[in-house]
Amino acid sequence: MDFILQNILNALQWGSFYALIALGYTLVYGVLRLINFAHGDIFMVGAYIAYAIAWFLLGPAFDLSPLMTFAIAIPLTMALTACVGVTLERIAYRPLRRKGAHRLYVVITALMCGLILEYSNLAVLGASRLKFPELVEKTIWHIGGVTITNLKVIVIFAAIAVYVFLNFIVTKTKIGMAMRGISYDKFAIPLMGIPIDAIIVFTFILGSSFAGLAGLLFAMSYPILEPFMGMIIGWKAFIAAVVGGIGDIRGAFYGGFLLGFIEVGVVTIFPSTYRDLFAFSILLIILWVKPTGLFGMPQSTKI
Amino acid sequence: MQKYTLNVLMAACAVFLLVLAHFKIIDNYIQAVIMFVGINIIMSTSLNLVNGNMGEFTCGHAAFMCMGAYVTSLLSVLCFGKNFGDPLLPQYMAMFVFPIMILAGGVVAALTSLLVAIPAFKTRDDYLAIITIAVNYMVISAIENMDFVGGSRGFQGMKNTVWAMNDTIKGPWMLFWVITFTVFTIWVIRRFITSTYGKGVNAICQDEVAAEIMSVNTNKIKLVNFMISAGLAGCAGGLFAHIIGYVNPQSFNILKSTEAMVMVYLGGMGSLSGAVLSAIVFTFLMEVLRSQSLIDFLLAPATFVFPDWEPSAGVIKWVMIPLLLVLIMQFRPEGIMGNKELSDVFPKLKKYYTFK
Repeated sequence: MDFILQNILNALQWGSFYALIALGYTLVYGVLRLINFAHGDIFMVGAYIAYAIAWFLLGPAFDLSPLMTFAIAIPLTMALTACVGVTLERIAYRPLRRKGAHRLYVVITALMCGLILEYSNLAVLGASRLKFPELVEKTIWHIGGVTITNLKVIVIFAAIAVYVFLNFIVTKTKIGMAMRGISYDKFAIPLMGIPIDAIIVFTFILGSSFAGLAGLLFAMSYPILEPFMGMIIGWKAFIAAVVGGIGDIRGAFYGGFLLGFIEVGVVTIFPSTYRDLFAFSILLIILWVKPTGLFGMPQSTKI
Repeated sequence: MQKYTLNVLMAACAVFLLVLAHFKIIDNYIQAVIMFVGINIIMSTSLNLVNGNMGEFTCGHAAFMCMGAYVTSLLSVLCFGKNFGDPLLPQYMAMFVFPIMILAGGVVAALTSLLVAIPAFKTRDDYLAIITIAVNYMVISAIENMDFVGGSRGFQGMKNTVWAMNDTIKGPWMLFWVITFTVFTIWVIRRFITSTYGKGVNAICQDEVAAEIMSVNTNKIKLVNFMISAGLAGCAGGLFAHIIGYVNPQSFNILKSTEAMVMVYLGGMGSLSGAVLSAIVFTFLMEVLRSQSLIDFLLAPATFVFPDWEPSAGVIKWVMIPLLLVLIMQFRPEGIMGNKELSDVFPKLKKYYTFK
């Protein structure tokens, strides 16, 4: 029983990371119908930004306490990562959108931007891995036979909080209404006096800042940074978003947790090398049976 | 007359290259580059069949290459290698059996593509993209978990087959096979695209619903198209494995698929001659950017400001190639040829050749 509970907890932690990144994918997709393949690498950049901030604030110039650093690092990392995301939108995606380029070209640009981020990081910082400093002192609680660390609790709560926040923004506020409007009809919305570019920039700010948050939390939980850390986790988060039904906030959230549970479940039963094989096979079957994901609505094609 | 010019020209080129290679006038490095050009041509034209002509978005083409490479390598080692006990076949058979083994790898790769083709009946666009990525990861991690082919350590011993061919009749055998299979691929794709099936493929690209109304059996055409594309990629994989003499599942990861995609979009979607041209350009670009002195020269201003920074060519190459593609997407999104063949761009060429 304890064993199962422990694994459920681990699955919740992994699912939280997937959900945080998948929410960014799904937000951008929901508004622009664009798969922002660079999102996994924005997550990686977020982790590196968090490292730089932590190194800077803990260093001799400021000499802050770790907890204080953590408190400052959260908003700062989110803001700076959002800058990266918005820059990407501004210099790579917006010119293409203005020209009315085919969706596919934008997707390829996104994929290539991801590669550029990865390899320029590798070129500038080198292949050596960085060790993230410990910001929050690790507390371990034993409840029955289950060990809970405070980091796991923080990660899970962060994911839930972000989900509730985003759900509120998208469904209850005016800006969320504008976002839904853009995804419904991109041509009529500017006629209603809604600034389409501002809304899109806002979407990128939201998605990228939560990727930055995920990067910070990931770096704290698994404190080794390398330039390709965003690649596999980004692809998996994308799969989570698709399984949930891309473009739907709920879908990304539940899809992330579903993927977390599948992966941890496979690892507990089989050797850990089978993790990717089983995870991807199960996802293939889900998509085979329900091609638009769990929550996705089938789009009607106009003739 | 013009019906044969291109064939004669290609045959002459191939013979010329083979003679040069046989008498060691071009060294092994240039031979290797030519062989990689051939393999990249097979990869880009076969991916072009799905991504360009059919207008789907698949980004897991390396999975089929991986299947082909492993199946061919396994057969090759079984027949002529010493990893699994004595060779099954005598050495002089190698040159007759080799193309059959490559084609067997292609057939298995084509069967693997059913994993993508059958879901493609119902799904399109992003969901299909995700299925292809998933298949790519599945194939890699399935092979990593197979111990009898070495798992993640990789698999070798294919060179015995090449040596066996060389012992029977001395010559640049791998170059010969790569050229043969490249021409075979282009011929197959050209015949396929100009056939009735090919018209159906183009119809699906334009409008799937309308195509179905016009009594095009879309499912069947999708199935055939995916299988041909994957089968040719499998052949490319088999050749790749025999050139290198070593395969590793991680060399067929998503980066390899990205390379194939870069070639397709560089050349222009749905253009066969564009795909060939872009494969040549891309391979040479990769080789040129490998030179450290060129990279040092290009980045001289940056290294002057930051003297501690020592960029390595292998890394900078992968910054520059995506950057090139981003710029292409911004300023010439239709690629080099843009859905046209060479003879459409230069109409005067029509006088001199037709290629059917």
